[in-house]
Amino acid sequence: METTLLRHLFLRLPFAIAFVASLLTSSVFALTPQSAKNIAVGENDDRIKALGEALATPDAALARLIDALLDDTAKVAGDAVFIVVNGNAVDAATGVSVTLPSNLEDVVNNNRMRNELEGAKAALGLFSDSLTTRNNAITQLKDSADEGKLPLIDRALAKETDAGLKAKLAQLRAAMLIASSDKQKRLDAVNALATSSQPSVRSLLQERLNAGGETDPEVRAALTSAVKGVEGRLVWGERLGVIFSGLSLGSILFLVALGLAITYGLMGVINMAHGELMMIGAYATYLVQNAFRQYMPNAFDYYILAAIPMSFFAAALVGAALERTVIRWLYGRPLETLLATWGISLVLIQTMRTFFGAQNVPVENPSWLSGGVQVMSNLILPYNRIAILFFAFFVLATVWLLISKTRLGLFVRGVTQNRSMAACMGVNTAKIDTYAFALGAGIAGLAGCALSQVGNVGPDLGQGYIVDSFMVVVLGGVGQLAGTVYAGLGLGVLNKLLEGWTGAVLAKIIVLAFIVIFIQRRPQGIFALKGRSAEA
Amino acid sequence: MPSDAHASASLLGTRGRIALASVIAILVFIIPIFNLVVPTDSVFHLSDYAVSLLGKIMCYAICALAMDLIWGYTGILSLGHGLFFALGGYAMGMYLMRQIGREGVYKSDLPDFMVFLDWKEVPWHWLGSQSFVVQMFLVVAVPGLLAFVFGYFAFRSRIKGVYFSIITQALTYASMLLFFRNETGFGGNNGFTDFKRLLGIPTATSSMRVTLCVLTGLMLVAFYLLSKAIIASKYGRVLQAIRDAESRVLFTGYNTLWYKLSIWTLSAMMCGVAGALYVPQVGIINPGEMSPAASIEIAIWTAVGGRATLIGPIVGAFFVNGAKSWFTVTFPEYWLYFLGAMFIAVTLFLPQGIVGLVRKLTDKASKGGAQ
Repeated sequence: METTLLRHLFLRLPFAIAFVASLLTSSVFALTPQSAKNIAVGENDDRIKALGEALATPDAALARLIDALLDDTAKVAGDAVFIVVNGNAVDAATGVSVTLPSNLEDVVNNNRMRNELEGAKAALGLFSDSLTTRNNAITQLKDSADEGKLPLIDRALAKETDAGLKAKLAQLRAAMLIASSDKQKRLDAVNALATSSQPSVRSLLQERLNAGGETDPEVRAALTSAVKGVEGRLVWGERLGVIFSGLSLGSILFLVALGLAITYGLMGVINMAHGELMMIGAYATYLVQNAFRQYMPNAFDYYILAAIPMSFFAAALVGAALERTVIRWLYGRPLETLLATWGISLVLIQTMRTFFGAQNVPVENPSWLSGGVQVMSNLILPYNRIAILFFAFFVLATVWLLISKTRLGLFVRGVTQNRSMAACMGVNTAKIDTYAFALGAGIAGLAGCALSQVGNVGPDLGQGYIVDSFMVVVLGGVGQLAGTVYAGLGLGVLNKLLEGWTGAVLAKIIVLAFIVIFIQRRPQGIFALKGRSAEA
Repeated sequence: MPSDAHASASLLGTRGRIALASVIAILVFIIPIFNLVVPTDSVFHLSDYAVSLLGKIMCYAICALAMDLIWGYTGILSLGHGLFFALGGYAMGMYLMRQIGREGVYKSDLPDFMVFLDWKEVPWHWLGSQSFVVQMFLVVAVPGLLAFVFGYFAFRSRIKGVYFSIITQALTYASMLLFFRNETGFGGNNGFTDFKRLLGIPTATSSMRVTLCVLTGLMLVAFYLLSKAIIASKYGRVLQAIRDAESRVLFTGYNTLWYKLSIWTLSAMMCGVAGALYVPQVGIINPGEMSPAASIEIAIWTAVGGRATLIGPIVGAFFVNGAKSWFTVTFPEYWLYFLGAMFIAVTLFLPQGIVGLVRKLTDKASKGGAQ
């Protein structure tokens, strides 16, 4: 998406690039108020021309002006251009603070103008003092490599001091030369590109191999081996990408299934409304987000920290209410529980539709969860998915501690193993049931909170997960937290691996078929509880 | 005990015979006459809408009856009966698609969606679709075979209770995903629609509608009698014993696998027939019929009417679907509340369903009268 956008953008940029290419030879003068005005107002053609002229003598003021134009903080009053941030006006050309003029007008940039500005910004970046800016500029220019920009790159290459960036520039240069009319130049360019590990280089080389591209057999041979080499290096990034998305899906699955592992696995309650408890958690997140946006916009980035406990308690509360009113009367009748909880799920879905509408509601990522870390040239791990992975393990650890180390957990295990004996020892079993069910429901709420960061939040959120989550619990073995984890992660990775060569839907069908067959072979799941309790 | 009278040596008592005769009479005479002969402005006129609704609900009633055999009498809750229903419907739909002939949008011998996918000839599983006989065989054979194979492995591994319910749900869910794919060759998410003819006769006429409705009713009666015979037989007794204490039946020397497998397969075939009758009446079949929610609704018809009674599922199918068509017209927003509340209320307060409630009330009344 991003690359096509940039490519599209640079195709429209001959002006800016050509002027930047000639920038170091022309006479030097700084951004004048007149040229600032010419860039900001007037017909698009004139503005673009003025921008090109100004680019010939890049300075900090021009960079500032371009930034301001791009984020709509540049305003015009009379003949002067101002940059207005938080009510403070600065003259765009001189950089001097002035009192806010009264007759400020917005600068209107249409898409064409915006593209020109973006291109100018990238070109300026090549000559920036900052290493990162130069790096970004190279990355941006890479997707629009053509021979026309060669002089610009040559100049930047001569000036560049950093070895890593020099190599990148050289590669960029090669990408531009690959379409050159000189065979030797093309051959050199192909050989230079053969060491790359960029997906864009692979498609570039591949494109030259297509019909209408390279015709010379010698260069074609070089191209073929270069493509092979690049692909060899890319394949690891792709494999790791599949494994990561598998782990990510797996972590979501086991987070969803963890609550079920408690209600179904420990208590034996089939809760078909589990998905709807997740939905409640997601809506709680949505409400917390709205509250932060309304009352504490400065702390908006941290709303998720408040949303986590809120989603837990909202779902736990609903869960406790359900246990007290409905599920309590159905212990020991799993099929009836199944139907009753299905009814509950219908009511909950319709309730949400009544209150929030049938449409999805928008839940935004906090800024520190958007974006991702670039591990390899073709492998970016999104922060929100990494966060969910850790969050899932955090919840798992907490639940495990709760069940195995606390008094409540002891009671829950006691009631699960022998209800009447636990009651004889003075455990209030009815209360423990409520707590345990509320805990399972609360974890569903946490899963909903996590899901709100990667997917849509709507009344049907839970419906899509109910079959999957039961599969995870059943596959893992009832009553086994560890089984749930292995089954969740395993199914996630298996699903994504299959998706690679069968497509998403078929992969899902294969996985479901696999589970059905597996359960028929091993009805107790992967981790069976050892025991000899006879069935009734 | 009045219930002993039901299980007397003859399958139907005198009252039963009279009831049966009147039901058949209503089906065969009253409905066609009131729909086709009575003028439309008369109060006795039965509208086309009512006829098709009645036909549709009777298809559902067959499903509920099938569910009752496996759940109410054998204690195995299937959450995949919608799949068998849809498979029967698809088998019928394939035939109906071929009956469209060249009257489709693309004027081709192939069904429109195949032309759309740029297929040149019908795929292998469509080879028999020109023949009514072959497709009618598939209506029972496909659900039956799937149920047999699936059930054989499931029951052999002694999968039971909620485990079985959940994997049947996974089965129908996976099938739904499969049928949603265009490449599967069943029209993707649009399914089949725009039918023109059945056996060369146009489907969109009143007489066709009435014929299908009556046929469905007769089929329902036939299945009811079949179920009654099964339940009254020794075989039926074993099924109920499996429901109540399977281990004991096993220890007594019965191989419960074959009992469960045969009733499970029969139940699936009944659903297939219901689906095949359903499709020409509603004029559409799509993978939505395979959604887990559709299957679980069949269970609630049975539960609302009264499990382990044969009239119960029929009453339940009429009650729930009647309520559904009333709600979705009058208060569309409250339908899910009502359906959800019904799930909860029936499981909590009415384990025997409507029929159980009525029996309890009449028992009380007769006892009160005796005192």
